Amino acid sequence: MSRRNDRWVHTPRRSSAIFDKYAIAEIHRAAATGIYDIRGFGAKRQLPHFDDLLFLGASISRYPLEGYREKCATDVTLGTRFAKKPITLKIPITIAGMSFGSLSAPAKEALGRGASAAGTSTTTGDGGMTREERQHSSLLVYQVLPSRYGMEPDQLRRADAIEVVVGQGAKPGGGGMLLGQKISERVARMRTLPAGIDQRSACRHPDWTGPDDLQIKIEELREITDWEKPIYVKVGAARPYYDTALAVKAGADVVVLDGMQGGTAATQDVFIEHCGIPTLAAIRPAVRALQELDMHRKVQLIVSGGIRSGADVAKALALGADAVSIGTAALIALGDNHPRWEAEYRKLGTTAGCYDDWHEGKDPAGITTQDPALTQRLDPIEAGKRLANYLAVLTLECQTIARANGKSHVHNLEPEDLVALTVEAAAMAQVPLAGTDWIPGRGRG
Amino acid sequence: MARKSTAAKVGTQPVRNSTLDLAHLSVREINQLLHDADGGDFLIQNPRGLHAIAAGLDGDFNVTIDGHVGYYCAGMNKRASVMINGNAGTGVAENMMSGRVHVKGDVSQSAGATGCGGLLIVDGNASSRCGISLRGLEIVVKGSVGHMSAFMAQAGTLVVLGDAGDALGDSIYEARLYVRGQVGSLGADCVVKDMRDGHKAALRRLLDAAGVGGGLDVSDFRRYGSARALYNFHIDNLGSY
Repeated sequence: MSRRNDRWVHTPRRSSAIFDKYAIAEIHRAAATGIYDIRGFGAKRQLPHFDDLLFLGASISRYPLEGYREKCATDVTLGTRFAKKPITLKIPITIAGMSFGSLSAPAKEALGRGASAAGTSTTTGDGGMTREERQHSSLLVYQVLPSRYGMEPDQLRRADAIEVVVGQGAKPGGGGMLLGQKISERVARMRTLPAGIDQRSACRHPDWTGPDDLQIKIEELREITDWEKPIYVKVGAARPYYDTALAVKAGADVVVLDGMQGGTAATQDVFIEHCGIPTLAAIRPAVRALQELDMHRKVQLIVSGGIRSGADVAKALALGADAVSIGTAALIALGDNHPRWEAEYRKLGTTAGCYDDWHEGKDPAGITTQDPALTQRLDPIEAGKRLANYLAVLTLECQTIARANGKSHVHNLEPEDLVALTVEAAAMAQVPLAGTDWIPGRGRG
Repeated sequence: MARKSTAAKVGTQPVRNSTLDLAHLSVREINQLLHDADGGDFLIQNPRGLHAIAAGLDGDFNVTIDGHVGYYCAGMNKRASVMINGNAGTGVAENMMSGRVHVKGDVSQSAGATGCGGLLIVDGNASSRCGISLRGLEIVVKGSVGHMSAFMAQAGTLVVLGDAGDALGDSIYEARLYVRGQVGSLGADCVVKDMRDGHKAALRRLLDAAGVGGGLDVSDFRRYGSARALYNFHIDNLGSY
């Protein structure tokens, strides 16, 4: 038999659907190191997402607005339930909590600059408030995290809103992690920790457990700040119906719901990819909880986890959110994973678009690092402009879709404007499969 | 039902030295009055287990609370001196920054949690997680403390004249622990440490500040702290977690 025909007598080369190249590479990595993989970014696996939804647009029965003439408002006010001083954002897109420590000081400054230019808020993270972010953030949300690193009452009072963090979408049930290479002297001082150690944040709050305690904790925070600040409660998307209802019961002004595609600075890969539920699946149960309590639009809902475009923003709002929050996308807008750093990504064994070792502190873009030489690469003014541009595009895109669906405010978008491309997305978003009137599982949210 | 407010202000100026009765004023009214004042002596009556009494003080206050208080009394205290003539619920003096909080009775869990500075004195016992995530506050408990006390304590001091429950100082960082009685068990990375002269002097100073009589011999205490073996994750330490 000729060599030409040899290939027909052997089992054809076939890649396994379940032992794909990523699974095999991970087994080799685990076998070589004996430790799980830690990385940044968010879930990378294929998940039902906003891409599985489409807007219908106007037709004979729906009247569109002129794209360049008729107004489509985008403002949102947060904290109308109890706070004496609710905050109003010009756009329904906020910047999610990311710590100084996980991010460089110029990156935090850039987030503040970009958000302020766009008329929206940014958020602190583990380690407290830096002067850079307060100075450059016209609206700053102060996180109260389980670790309480850097937590100070004066910072609470300097904030415009307070966010009690119960969990995050990338790791609902997990605490923070900041490895030693990013614990610089300044980070260590802010967190009252020795420099260079691996900082392991607690996963539970030190002084409350359960919704009844949370209610009392929120009451304390309101007392300390004289009931001025809106108080958010942030949860990772796990049991969104119950968590939303319990947050409302505990007295939240705002519920922040972070789906499993939400980003992280450092978490075990197995946690990122296998805990929590997709953002798309979390919104409707949360909205249903608010509606059943007659709190929809009274307690505002901020949705995060995988928001990339104005279409994603519009879809989240149509499903009932009052605003969205972005983290990973904001870092990319600053310059993370930009091809200009390709040569350096290659040295780190990766490529632009795949870089996720944010925990190692070697970020060529100067964003997820504390290395003085690397942080200097990020110009906070220029990066802030990039973020402001990106936020403007998200807003324009969202308005474009809203006008096409006849809405004079982006909050007027509604589930009836949407259809789904897949049965799964139809079931999760509770909108009809495109071309049908079928909503799988209707009635059980 | 809204409580009837007694006149606690003269014009727009808070009275510096007042008796404030929670039978007639709400916690909100009293806290606002204290926040508006820059200091003074205040007696708070009828606390009846209410929460967040005297939370967020920042000034030269002497506040005495006659009775039992609920959660987070004197939370995030700065500079003020607060005396509680009774028991205290969860998280008394949590995240305290400075000043002095003295509880004459027992306290529930998470006393002094995440406290950064000042002195917390508990004449009775403290429940679990006393001094959890401590960040510089000094705590003296004249009775005993429950399990998981000083969990992940980063800085500051916890002194226990009685016994300590299980898992004392689990995952402790740089905080110092002194226990005179028995310890149920030590948590991960917490070990017995030498009691050198400097430690004895510091302990003596702290006991004196807490008003504990000179009859106590600091040599009766044992010091506990971090072995610093788990500061950086290493696969060989996996069994310690």
